Amino acid sequence: MLKRASFAVAAVAAVSIASGAQAGTLDDVKARGILHCIVNTGLPGFSFTDANGRWSGFDADMCRSVAAAVLGDGEKVKFIPATGKTRFTLLNSKEGDVIFRNTTWTFVRDVDVKLTFIHTTYYDGQGFIIRKSKGVKSAKELDGATVCIQTGTTTELNLADFFRANKIKYTPVPIEDSSEARKNYLADRCDAYTTDASGLAATRATFEKPSDHVILPEIISKEPLGPVVRHGDNQWEDIVRWAVFALIQAEESGVTAANADQMAKSPPNPDVARLLGAEGDLGSMLGLDKAWALRAIKAQGNYGEIFERNVGPKTPIGLERGLNALYTNGGLQYAPPFR
Amino acid sequence: MANSHNPDMTPGLTNAYDPGEHPDWPAPSSVKGPVHWIKTNLFGSVTNTLLTLLAIYLLYKIIPALVQWFFVDAAYTGASRKECEAQAGGACWAFIGSRLQLFIYGFYPEVQRWRVNLSVVLLAAALVPILFDQVPQRGKWLIYSALYPFIAAWLLVGGIGGLEYVPTDKFGGLMLNVVIGVTGIAFSLPIGICLALGRQSHLPILRIVCVAFIEFIRGVPLITLLFVAAVMLSYFVPPGTNFDLLVRMLIMVTLFASGYMAEVIRGGLQAIPKGQYEAADSMGLKYWQSMRLIVLPQALKISIPGIVNTFIALYKDTTLVIVIGRLDILGIGRSSLADSKWQGLSTEVYVFVAVFFFISCFLMSRYSLYLEKKLHTGH
Amino acid sequence: MLLKLWRNKETRSVIIQIVTIALLFAFFAYIINNAVLNLQALGKTFSFDFLKEPASYDINQALIEYTSRSSHARAMLVGILNTALVAVCGIVTATVVGFLLGVIRLSSNWLAARLVYVFIEFTRNVPVLLHILLIHGIIVHFLPLPKQAINVADALFLSNRGVYAPRPEFLDGFVYTTVAFVVAVIGAVLFRRWAKKVQEATGKIYPVFSICLGVVVVLPLVVFLLSGSPLTWEMPKMGRFNLQGGVVMLPEFLALWLALSLYTSAFISEIVRSGIMAISKGQWEAAGALGIRRNRTLQLVIIPQALRVIIPPLASQYLNLTKNSSLAIAIGYMDIVATIGGITLMQTGKEMETMIIVLLIYLSFSLVISAFMNWYNKRIALVER
Repeated sequence: MLKRASFAVAAVAAVSIASGAQAGTLDDVKARGILHCIVNTGLPGFSFTDANGRWSGFDADMCRSVAAAVLGDGEKVKFIPATGKTRFTLLNSKEGDVIFRNTTWTFVRDVDVKLTFIHTTYYDGQGFIIRKSKGVKSAKELDGATVCIQTGTTTELNLADFFRANKIKYTPVPIEDSSEARKNYLADRCDAYTTDASGLAATRATFEKPSDHVILPEIISKEPLGPVVRHGDNQWEDIVRWAVFALIQAEESGVTAANADQMAKSPPNPDVARLLGAEGDLGSMLGLDKAWALRAIKAQGNYGEIFERNVGPKTPIGLERGLNALYTNGGLQYAPPFR
Repeated sequence: MANSHNPDMTPGLTNAYDPGEHPDWPAPSSVKGPVHWIKTNLFGSVTNTLLTLLAIYLLYKIIPALVQWFFVDAAYTGASRKECEAQAGGACWAFIGSRLQLFIYGFYPEVQRWRVNLSVVLLAAALVPILFDQVPQRGKWLIYSALYPFIAAWLLVGGIGGLEYVPTDKFGGLMLNVVIGVTGIAFSLPIGICLALGRQSHLPILRIVCVAFIEFIRGVPLITLLFVAAVMLSYFVPPGTNFDLLVRMLIMVTLFASGYMAEVIRGGLQAIPKGQYEAADSMGLKYWQSMRLIVLPQALKISIPGIVNTFIALYKDTTLVIVIGRLDILGIGRSSLADSKWQGLSTEVYVFVAVFFFISCFLMSRYSLYLEKKLHTGH
Repeated sequence: MLLKLWRNKETRSVIIQIVTIALLFAFFAYIINNAVLNLQALGKTFSFDFLKEPASYDINQALIEYTSRSSHARAMLVGILNTALVAVCGIVTATVVGFLLGVIRLSSNWLAARLVYVFIEFTRNVPVLLHILLIHGIIVHFLPLPKQAINVADALFLSNRGVYAPRPEFLDGFVYTTVAFVVAVIGAVLFRRWAKKVQEATGKIYPVFSICLGVVVVLPLVVFLLSGSPLTWEMPKMGRFNLQGGVVMLPEFLALWLALSLYTSAFISEIVRSGIMAISKGQWEAAGALGIRRNRTLQLVIIPQALRVIIPPLASQYLNLTKNSSLAIAIGYMDIVATIGGITLMQTGKEMETMIIVLLIYLSFSLVISAFMNWYNKRIALVER
């Protein structure tokens, strides 16, 4: 029995080494019929459960788009909430297929922790929020302050570096998840709370009186946030990457959830035709069908729609597009050509 | 001593009675009655008086404030914290009320909740032959009890036999606490028995292995074992296989509980008089026969209070699953606080969960005390 | 042939043991093989080299010098010391409070005994995690901000950022006081030995305790005053955000310490109570007959005997307290689990290595405590003749 098992192990190992790594996330997902998506335990605007217990937000919607591309139904997603600490483990233990949890792309994570970063879906930077009544205008005035941070994130490393570089003393209060951090900040356990600027805006939106709190002007880091998959499964990596690009390309080409079907029937130009599967067969190169991108766009809309609906200026979060505008509008979002 | 039942005693001979014992006269207030009681029990000495005064002061400080917060100023209705506060300044129980279903069933699908209720009823039935030894057909009933964990697993997870499949990540709230606690105890019992017997064994290697395992389990905190379940366990299974987080957690909790169970049962085994072992040997019984027929039934009976105590401890420890991101009753409470409508009501959540645990654990510990007393008289 | 071997008791036990070892080895070989394959598939290595690299995160409570440039190994050391600190403080408080509660519970004062009973039952039937969260919540939510900190006799400042106390600053001449203290302690120990010898030889009893106490307190005090009081206190002062200077106990430490002490003291008090009750009534009566006062009886007759019953379960309570301190992570106290098993694990992605280290550290904590308690148990058991 034991012998047979270890033989099977050896066989599996041989196969996986031959193919570069443990292949077949796509097959797993298809067989399972559901996409396992690792998200934040609760960050308003990005991923949180609304009053009906449904996961919503920027990250959650992106996830649904991928599910729609792969499985044909944007609702076939199981959301796995993870803290900063557990997310990579959940991914590496194959509990999740992809992380959509505002994860910063760094060298060590990419190379040493053996993750594959897909694309920066949100360009962010770390900032501070503080009560107006404390009269602080700049992060450099925070000498002696108590600062709440979320542990297991790049923010605590940036924070240490920032204060060290500026020779400022502070007391860090490490906290597991963002809702706990918010509670501590509101109880005035900490003078300031630091996380990605988008997270600060999202957090501030939930306060009783958002205007009592100010986000300090310093952005102390670069935080390119985006989805992550396991190292080695190139097919799966391509699928997630191009599903995201499809959303960005759709915005550039003016394809929306509402007009996608019609555009697919009568594409205005060859670019859109290839994107929506009316021409060529990009889908089969990914191991999917022709309409993969069409479904992804129809599920939750294009990149711009997802952004506006969840975190845009008209939402309580109220984030401007800024760096996340399309390159045609002076931002950094740019999809490689679909051909 | 006074002997008031002696018919020969005449009422005139009062000095034949202890002071205060005379049947015809009321006792003087200095030896009996509330005043005397208060004097000896509350103000017997200087230290005693100080203690009493301190106790009264504490009671005066705590009780009215507590009652005020708990009941008088509490708000039972309202749709948000603001509405609660508009009514009174005390506890906002409306928050707990609005989430009660979530506290009990977690995210278990609403239409399927009868399955949870049914498994609780079946659990009660499975406990009967274990708790009472005077039931008819106990042997057959016990077989059902042994099968119960599997029946309940099928009932709760489903997927086979027409029951809709409910993924284990929907388990939460009190239900999760009970599932983990009951599974831990049910499966740790046989493992614990084996470990305890192994520890008592004459075979040195077997003994060393059992001792090492027990001491390892008892030497590390449960949350590190839960972390192992969450982070490390999947490295130890063949590549490409993966199993459910809840199952991994249950495995670690079971191993954890069996370490403690083994020690409880070892205590029971050691309490069996040596004569019993010798008598079994002289009857020509083999090791397993003597264990099964003579030693274990007695040892287990003595161990029941200890087993109940282990269960209480385990049941309390089930709240720790929160550290690996599973939402038990406490976790549900904490995550509900993220709702901006109810922000800042952590005291209510903690007090509610604390009172709940207090009631259930207190009742169980009373039961184990009762068993201990019952066993005590048996000797 | 095999059947014959199996029938023989001696050979059978050998066979069983060989099979046990074989199975055990097979099991470990199997899981290690799996682990190696899994790590390979993920392209990870198994090594402890990361311990030498800079940790690059800050820790808010470090008993030794630590900056974000220190290594992961040093961060781990900080975590170990923090766990040890809260465990030692907790054990001391829990023991004192537990004994006190246990004795009150047995006292003839009905009201106090009842009150303590209610407290004990409530405390031990609620999960310790809840105690920690509840106390932390109370400190953070109900204590005032540093600006309005509650000032207790200029010695303690209570705020929701922690409890601040003045920090003693030793000036040059303080060495003499230290020397005097050491001399006094040595003198007291010698005197105690001498007094015991005298008592055994002649039966003469000196008031050893009060004399020792006097010497230990008075001598250093006199030297201290003569050398010109070379000690000042650095008072905590309100800075822009927090009180600055002085010694600070963070709310996380306080909550953990209080919660662990209270929870464990409830169990200890029950152990103490049953230990004292286990001593037969005859001992009380005999001591009473010899004219020994109640307090002295408790101190000289009952407790020494009760200790023998109390120590083994007390040891396991100490172990429990130390293990429960790992719940620190729920409120963000930087112990072993939060440093090496938390942030380091996260930043380096070395799950296996860090978890193994954490398990080993707790195991050695447990071994140290049980070894110490065994030693102490043996020592007091020797008293029995």
